[in-house]
Amino acid sequence: MEYRQTFGVRTHRFADLATLLARASARKSGDELAGLAAHNDEERVAARMCLAEVPLTRFLDEALIPYEQDEVTRLIFDAHDAEAFASVNALTVGGLRDWLLAYETDSTALTRLAPGLTPEMVAAVTKLMRNQDLILVASKCRVITHFRSTIGLPGRLSIRLQPNHPSDDAHGIAASMLDGLLYGAGDAVIGINPSSDNLQNVISMLEMIDELRRRFDIPTQSCVLTHVTNSIAAMERGAPLDLVFQSIGGTEKTNRSFGIDIALLEEARAAALALGRGGDNVMYFETGQGSSLSAGAHHGLDQQTCEARAYGLARHFKPLLVNTVVGFIGPEYLYDGKQITRAGLEDHFCGKLLGLPMGCDVCYTNHAEADQDDMDNLLTLLAVAGCNYFMGVPGADDIMLNYQSTSFHDALYLRSLLGLKPAPEFEAWLERMQIMRGGRLLNVDTRHALLGMSNGGDA
Amino acid sequence: MSPPEMTDALPKPAGNGDPWQDLRRHTSARIAQGRSGASLPTAPMLAFQLAHAQARDAVHLPFDADGISALAQKVEENPPLEVLHVRSAAADRSIYLRRPDLGRRLDKASRLRLTQLASPSRPFDFAFVIADGLSALAVHQHALPVFRLVRQALIQTGWNIAPLVIAEQARVALGDEIGELLGAKQLAILIGERPGLSSADSLGIYLTYAPCIGRHDAERNCISNIRPGNGLDYAQAARTLVWLADEARRRQLTGVALKDESEHDPLLVESQVDTGPSE
Repeated sequence: MEYRQTFGVRTHRFADLATLLARASARKSGDELAGLAAHNDEERVAARMCLAEVPLTRFLDEALIPYEQDEVTRLIFDAHDAEAFASVNALTVGGLRDWLLAYETDSTALTRLAPGLTPEMVAAVTKLMRNQDLILVASKCRVITHFRSTIGLPGRLSIRLQPNHPSDDAHGIAASMLDGLLYGAGDAVIGINPSSDNLQNVISMLEMIDELRRRFDIPTQSCVLTHVTNSIAAMERGAPLDLVFQSIGGTEKTNRSFGIDIALLEEARAAALALGRGGDNVMYFETGQGSSLSAGAHHGLDQQTCEARAYGLARHFKPLLVNTVVGFIGPEYLYDGKQITRAGLEDHFCGKLLGLPMGCDVCYTNHAEADQDDMDNLLTLLAVAGCNYFMGVPGADDIMLNYQSTSFHDALYLRSLLGLKPAPEFEAWLERMQIMRGGRLLNVDTRHALLGMSNGGDA
Repeated sequence: MSPPEMTDALPKPAGNGDPWQDLRRHTSARIAQGRSGASLPTAPMLAFQLAHAQARDAVHLPFDADGISALAQKVEENPPLEVLHVRSAAADRSIYLRRPDLGRRLDKASRLRLTQLASPSRPFDFAFVIADGLSALAVHQHALPVFRLVRQALIQTGWNIAPLVIAEQARVALGDEIGELLGAKQLAILIGERPGLSSADSLGIYLTYAPCIGRHDAERNCISNIRPGNGLDYAQAARTLVWLADEARRRQLTGVALKDESEHDPLLVESQVDTGPSE
C-alpha cells in the first residue's frame, strides 16, 4: 500500500510500510549506506506525518519480513498479547506517542502494555519522538531483574565490570577487576570479552571470577562473553557459569550470520536454568543498530527497526541484562556524536517499552566523529532516562576491543550527580568491605582485603 | 586567634594515586588512576585526551602519495620501480568514512589507467598496493621498509612483480579490483589499520590469491599490528608475508585454509574472517 503526503505542489510518495519507516527515521549514515534514508529533510518529515496517521493494527496485518521467511517475525506474531494490546488498539502511531506521554500512563500501565506492543510498533513511534520524549517515557518504564543482585530498582544504577585483557592474561584481568571493585563497580555483572574463544580458556576465566566472587562473598554474577555454543560446552564440562551471553540481531538471517537461532538460545537457557545458580534471569544479550545491514540481512528495513526486532527476540528469554553497544560499529552506521546519542536513546526507549532490562555500552571508535564529551552527554541523558546499567572499563579504554567505552569514574560521576546507588545487595557489600559509605568512596590502603589477595597471589 | 594555615583550608591535593599502583605491572589498562572526589584527576584525563587526539589525527592525516612514490623509486633502484597512482571512488575522507563500499572500488580515471597498462610479457606473479586505509601515519612510517624487504626477497626467487600501486582513500578490498585489472596471481595490500588509543600507527598487510572483485575476507590472510617497538617488527612481518606468498603459490589459495596448516606463530598469521570497521 502506498502512502502519500502533499505540501503545496510537492507530493511525497512512500511505496510501502517498510519504506515509510525508513524515510521517517532520524538521519543515520547506515540507512544512507543502505539507500533507505530520506533524500532530504522535508521528505523525512513528510514520512513522519504519514506515519503518525497509520493505525497500530496495520502492524498486525502486515509483516515487514514475511512470516514464512523469518523465525523472528513468527516469534513476534505468535507471542503477541491481544489482551494487553486492547488499551491502545484503536490508536494510530501518532496517537500512541500522545498516550505514552500522558500523565495517566504510569509505570504500571506501561508494564501491562509491553506484551501487547510489537517491535515494529515501538520502532514506528520512536520515529515520531524527540529525544526528550524518548527520555521521559523510558523513565516511566520499570524493568527489574535479579540474579545475586537486583538490577533496575528506582534510584539505583548498576555497572558491568569489563576487565578485558588483549591476551586474556589472568593477572591482567584480575588487576582490572580489583580496580573496578575498589571503585564500586561490578553490581550488574563481571563480564569479560575473551580474546580467544578457546573453550579451556573460557572455563579458566569462569573459574577465576567465580573463585574471587565466592572468596569475598560478592553479591554479583559473572559472564564470559563467548559464543552460545561455547557456553553450552562449558556447562557440559561443569564450569561455574552464571549467565549465557550472546550477540543477537533482529532477523533470522542476521542471527544465522552469528551462528545462532531461537532453538539454540532456548537450549542454552534451559541448560543454565538447570544449573540453578540464580533465578529465572540467566541470559545476557548484546545488540546494536547496523548489525543486520552489516550481515546483508536487513530485508530493506532501516537499522532502528531491525534493532527493535532484536529486542522482540530478546524478551522471549527473560534476560538479566540487555545492552546496545551503540557506537562500536563505526561511522558508516552512526557517523558522529549526534547520531550515536540519538541511537542510544532510541535503543534504550525501545528496549524498555518492550519490557527489557536495558543497559547501554556508551561508546565510540577513533574513526567516528565523537569524543569523551559526546559520551558524557549520552551517559547523562541515559542515566536521567533510568538506564539500568552502563559499562565500567578502566579509564574508559578497552585495551582488548580497541574502543572507548565508559569508566568506573563515569559511573561514580552519575551516582554522585543524580544520587543513584548501586544494587542494594552490592551496596551493602561495598559498605561491609569499607569501599563505599553514604554514596562516597572511602580511602583504602594497601592492607585492604582485596589488595592483600593480589599481593599474596603474585609474590 | 590566628587564622588557620592556608593549607588546612584547602582540600587534600587532588588526584593522589590509588594504593594499588603496583597492579599496573600486570596490564596496560588504565587502572589505579586516582580520583578527585569521584572524578578523574587532571593528569590522567589529559593523558587520555592526548592518546585520542593522536588517534584522530592519524585517521585524518592527508596521505602523502607523491612522497611515498618518490621515496620508493629512490630506494628501490634495482631493478627500477614503476609506480602507479590510483584513487578509490570515495572522493574525500568524509565520504570514505561513511561509504566503505566506495572505498572498495576504483574511480573511473584509475580504472582506465590500469586497463591501459601494457600487458606484461608474462603474467605478474605478485602485486603490491600501498594504501592509506584508516591511518596514513602508519603507512608513512612503516610501509616502505616492509615493502622493500619483501620485494627483494621475491625478486631473488625470480617472481615477476607488477608495478607498485599507491592507492588513496582505500579499503582492503580495493586490492581485488586492482589485482584483477593487473592480472596478478597474488596481491598484498599494505594498509593503515584503524588507530587504537595507544596505537595510532599500526600497519596491516592483507594477502589475496587470485584477487578479483567479490572476494570475501575469509579468503585473505592478514598480518596485523606491524609497528616496531610495540608490535611486529619489519623483518618479522616480511618473513611472514614471504612465507605466506610462497605457500599461497604452492597451494593456490589464501584465507582460512592456509592459516590452519601454517607452522608460524599463529599470533602473527590471522585469516580475516570478521568484517570489522577497518575493512
